Amino acid sequence: MPKSVAELQALAKVIRREIIEMIGTAGSGHPGGSLSAVEIVVQLYFDFMRIDPQNPKWPDRDRFILSKGHACPVLYAAMAEAGLAPKDQLNTLRKLGSVYQGHPDVRFLPSLEASTGSLGEGLSMALGMGLADRLDGRPNRTYVMMGDGEIQEGQIWEAAMSGTFHKVDNVVAIVDYNGIQLDGFVKDIMEVKPLADKWRAFGWNTLEIDGHDFTAIRKALEQAQATKGQPSCIVAHTVKGKGVSFMENNPKFHGMAPTPAEMELALKELQ
Amino acid sequence: MPAKTKFELKPGPATREAFGRALVDLGRENNDIVVCDADLAKSTMTTYFAKEFPDRFFSYGIAESNMVAQAAGMAYAGKIPFVASFSAFAINKGFEQLRVCVAYPSTNVKVVGTHSGISIGEDGPSQMSVEETGLACSLPGFVVLSPADEASTKALVRAAAAHSGPVFIRTGRPKTPLIYNGDQKFEIGKSVELLEGSDVSLIANGLLVAEALRAADALEAEGVSARVIDMHTIKPLDREAIRRAAAETGALVSAEEHLVDGGMGVRIAQVVAELQPCPMEFVGIRDTYAESGTPEELMNKYGLVARDIAAAARRVLARKRR
Repeated sequence: MPKSVAELQALAKVIRREIIEMIGTAGSGHPGGSLSAVEIVVQLYFDFMRIDPQNPKWPDRDRFILSKGHACPVLYAAMAEAGLAPKDQLNTLRKLGSVYQGHPDVRFLPSLEASTGSLGEGLSMALGMGLADRLDGRPNRTYVMMGDGEIQEGQIWEAAMSGTFHKVDNVVAIVDYNGIQLDGFVKDIMEVKPLADKWRAFGWNTLEIDGHDFTAIRKALEQAQATKGQPSCIVAHTVKGKGVSFMENNPKFHGMAPTPAEMELALKELQ
Repeated sequence: MPAKTKFELKPGPATREAFGRALVDLGRENNDIVVCDADLAKSTMTTYFAKEFPDRFFSYGIAESNMVAQAAGMAYAGKIPFVASFSAFAINKGFEQLRVCVAYPSTNVKVVGTHSGISIGEDGPSQMSVEETGLACSLPGFVVLSPADEASTKALVRAAAAHSGPVFIRTGRPKTPLIYNGDQKFEIGKSVELLEGSDVSLIANGLLVAEALRAADALEAEGVSARVIDMHTIKPLDREAIRRAAAETGALVSAEEHLVDGGMGVRIAQVVAELQPCPMEFVGIRDTYAESGTPEELMNKYGLVARDIAAAARRVLARKRR
């Protein structure tokens, strides 16, 4: 059911609050890359993807893989809000026995599409799903989100080559281009520029957007869907830690939970 | 009296050839069987499948990591992918993906390694796989199979397809003697006792099964009754057959075309230590890489022929008598 931008913005705020609460309560986790991905994940789960919360394994559903698995709080919160995961357990994140494991784990949460966490592997899995769906003549589309640091992995480019070679046009790769990875700014660790040009050179229909602009995200997803014979990549320019002033563009919050005081401050900003 | 060997060991095809043929049969029966290869289809023999089912054959080029993870994606979406490459590349180059995309979520991926061990010959150690059984066995939930001949390969490829979960099948490059006729039943985790024997048990897999049978013949001439067991499933091991062999013969020899470290023998030793301690000797490659040469030269030089198994049997028998 398509939603208005205002509705999506309201949902994004809810999801951001949940991310902060989950990670703050857990005392560990990755807030920066969760917050940068919120608009894209919200657009997919609440506006664009064909999913059925009553039937999470509906064979014709669209799939989403969070290849940058450390950002799972954004995925868990969206799945919970969408009815694909238990909302009342969000704050058990990272606790023993929780369905919300430290990185996405299908053994604990079967409505996930794949277990991820070791970077560089989600694009390949998405392409495999796309090929299987095509063999079966199913209409599914598979979306996979990667980090910009993640694409330093060589496997990404093996996968990029094969996506074009096999013309996997039912898969859309999304790069959350927030410019920060664990050890600091991407440009200082291993520069990935020119990022969009790399994907174009590998034969992908490549779109560059503001990853926090719902209208732009929807337009890009529509354009990707209309593109046949080649896979699409959306390079989404985002802000790490988006929405919480002291987390924005701050490498410290790649993998650091807010203290109780910081959590309170962040939640106040997200009123 | 030791049992007379009923094995003539007539020449047969390579186990990789048997794998390629079995895959075509499976493909005809089940549309969900898909095959992934990394520029070695002419060597892994998936080329037969590719020819008959081009839509279900996926070429990945020389990129094993991506291939293994894409197979996992296909398995998540309901397919039964067979991923083939040389053992050295399928397991070692795809190991991280086997860990996180296959073993950990238990996706229904079947990995088939060809050109296992040192019997590939002239190409040398970069292409030889001597560590991969240890690596494959270290992955929780993996089934690891090492068939000895054509009939057992065909049966175990079929069993792997029917099994729900990750499987690694180790096959070889050289032509392999025929051990079984079509009547033998094969079950994952259930070894086959090829020869009865009461003095010592020779437990082998793959190419070394035929060598163990030859060793048993040599031992018989010395008045030693050797039991020969085809341990085609390295994981999960047939613990009951091992316990019985240890209890009834009191001396074991393991034989495999793999490093002793991480191989079938040390896994058997664990079972022996747990259930029925007895002396044991290990035939395998000793903490080294091989070299170029003919398969026969290499198997001889690195101690993987009947002579070496018989010698190990004599050593273990001497320890048993002490």
